[in-house]
Amino acid sequence: MKTPLYYRTKKIALNTLIHTLLLTVAVTCVFPLVWMIASSFKTQEMIFKDMSLLPKEFHFENYYYAWIEGGFGKYFLNSIFYTVAVVFGIVIISSLAAYAFSRFKFPGRNILFFMFIAAMMIPIQGSFVALYVLLQKIHLLDTRIGYILCMINVGLSTSIFLLRTFFDKMPKELEDAARIDGCSKFGIWWHVALPLSRPVLAVVIVFNALNVWNEYVLALIIFNTKSLMPLQVALTNFQGEFITRYPLLMAGLTLTALPIILLYLFMQKYIVKGVMQGALVG
Amino acid sequence: MRVKSTLENYLFILPAVLIFAVFYIIPFIWVFQLGLYEWDGISPARFFVGFDNFKEIFLEDKIWWSSMLNAGYITLIALTFQNALAFLLAWACDREIRMRNFYRVIFFIPPVLSEVVVGLVWQWILDGNYGLLNHWLISLGLPQLTHNWLSDPKTALTTVALVHSWKGFGWGFLIFLAGLQTIPRELYEAARVDGANAWDSFRKITIPLMIPVAILVAILTILGTMQAFVLIIAMTGGGPAYHTQVPVLRILASMRGSSRFGYACAQGITFGLILMIISFIQSRFSKKFGHN
Repeated sequence: MKTPLYYRTKKIALNTLIHTLLLTVAVTCVFPLVWMIASSFKTQEMIFKDMSLLPKEFHFENYYYAWIEGGFGKYFLNSIFYTVAVVFGIVIISSLAAYAFSRFKFPGRNILFFMFIAAMMIPIQGSFVALYVLLQKIHLLDTRIGYILCMINVGLSTSIFLLRTFFDKMPKELEDAARIDGCSKFGIWWHVALPLSRPVLAVVIVFNALNVWNEYVLALIIFNTKSLMPLQVALTNFQGEFITRYPLLMAGLTLTALPIILLYLFMQKYIVKGVMQGALVG
Repeated sequence: MRVKSTLENYLFILPAVLIFAVFYIIPFIWVFQLGLYEWDGISPARFFVGFDNFKEIFLEDKIWWSSMLNAGYITLIALTFQNALAFLLAWACDREIRMRNFYRVIFFIPPVLSEVVVGLVWQWILDGNYGLLNHWLISLGLPQLTHNWLSDPKTALTTVALVHSWKGFGWGFLIFLAGLQTIPRELYEAARVDGANAWDSFRKITIPLMIPVAILVAILTILGTMQAFVLIIAMTGGGPAYHTQVPVLRILASMRGSSRFGYACAQGITFGLILMIISFIQSRFSKKFGHN
């Protein structure tokens, strides 16, 4: 005879099991980060002896050394610069194009739009080889602008797609009113369409910022000059040169990961939305 | 007036089309062109070799195909272990449970981190001499279990695959959870009224409705994992002795290591075709089983 007590016990047991599983995985997710941050406060002498998660003393000087001597200050600013420049470029260029694709009729509209979408779906892994050759030919190899243009291209398709989908659903009344008031097409795009598309712009911005900040392979093949490199490439170089200077490496890694973690925690909604849509169309 | 307006329309899309043409279409065409040449990337002379590069890939390049197998192995672990974990966690979070949002936030932290950061942190944790994992195993009195996780050919690939799963399961988790939440709760209610127990409704309601979602996750997992390589650069660099090489690493090595740009492009085309065949088979498969 199964009594109510039986069911309650069973339910509690199941819930305990589920919570244990969820908590274990959650701890596993966060643990390497905690370890990274904790180690970035230890000294080189302590690092192999003191395996604790909470260092006895906090040595902030690792950050100083990483920032100045390790050059991470420079790389950090490079990463910020590339991220801001690329995201700015993508927002302007893709919203212009998406607005035209959504609102105007002109010959070649559909085929051009289809081209952008097709580009999202075809994986070409050798393309970075040809891209390298191209940049060499037009003398943009090992330049900031070369990397920025390549990265704008990377984010363009998905951003155009997201923005066009949004514009298609957006009511036209405000734009019509602006036109009657004598506003030009560019004026309407800038003063009416862009402000109205703020929710999707946030997704586009956050999604692309994440992509640029974390990008590795293009930066690897494009940059030869150290002072131009972003963080991700600098990190693998640093690790190759100073193989066991873990406290400095961990400080560098923390500097790289922290902005992304903060961005994620504050802009969670947009990141999840952007990343999911990016994955589903791509 | 009409002409001016049309020109204005083109002005809107001009920057996008220009960048796209220069940085996407031209390289795209060049990959196919270069694949037919032997060229070191610098010298003005290129030698047209026809399909020799492809012949070499298919007949002689054993490392290329073993790297393909390695990527396949990592993908297999991602498909089974990683996706099973993702589904289990999504199912757990779909229930009325406390701290649901907390878990959702936490589980997506690994996917937003860069592969370099993840790779380098885990590389140190798993290091044979200085690593935290071995240190813990010794402290627990299990020194016989310590291991050179990343430099022993026997364990390197599996270790890399598990770290890859750690980084990637959050994706599947979110997609599965979104899928689970579209299942109307009334279905479960009705099943319970009809006398079905939890296992019955899981088998008869949840599983069938989740099959299309599972196929979607599988497609994303396969395409994503086959192309993953930055994590491997950060963890092993492809070693020990080619044991964690994957196709994209080989393309990079052909280009930067042996300066064979034509060969690198040929490898890229071969890999792209293989990926397209895989996604074609999958889309056929999902049409057959996805919508019933």
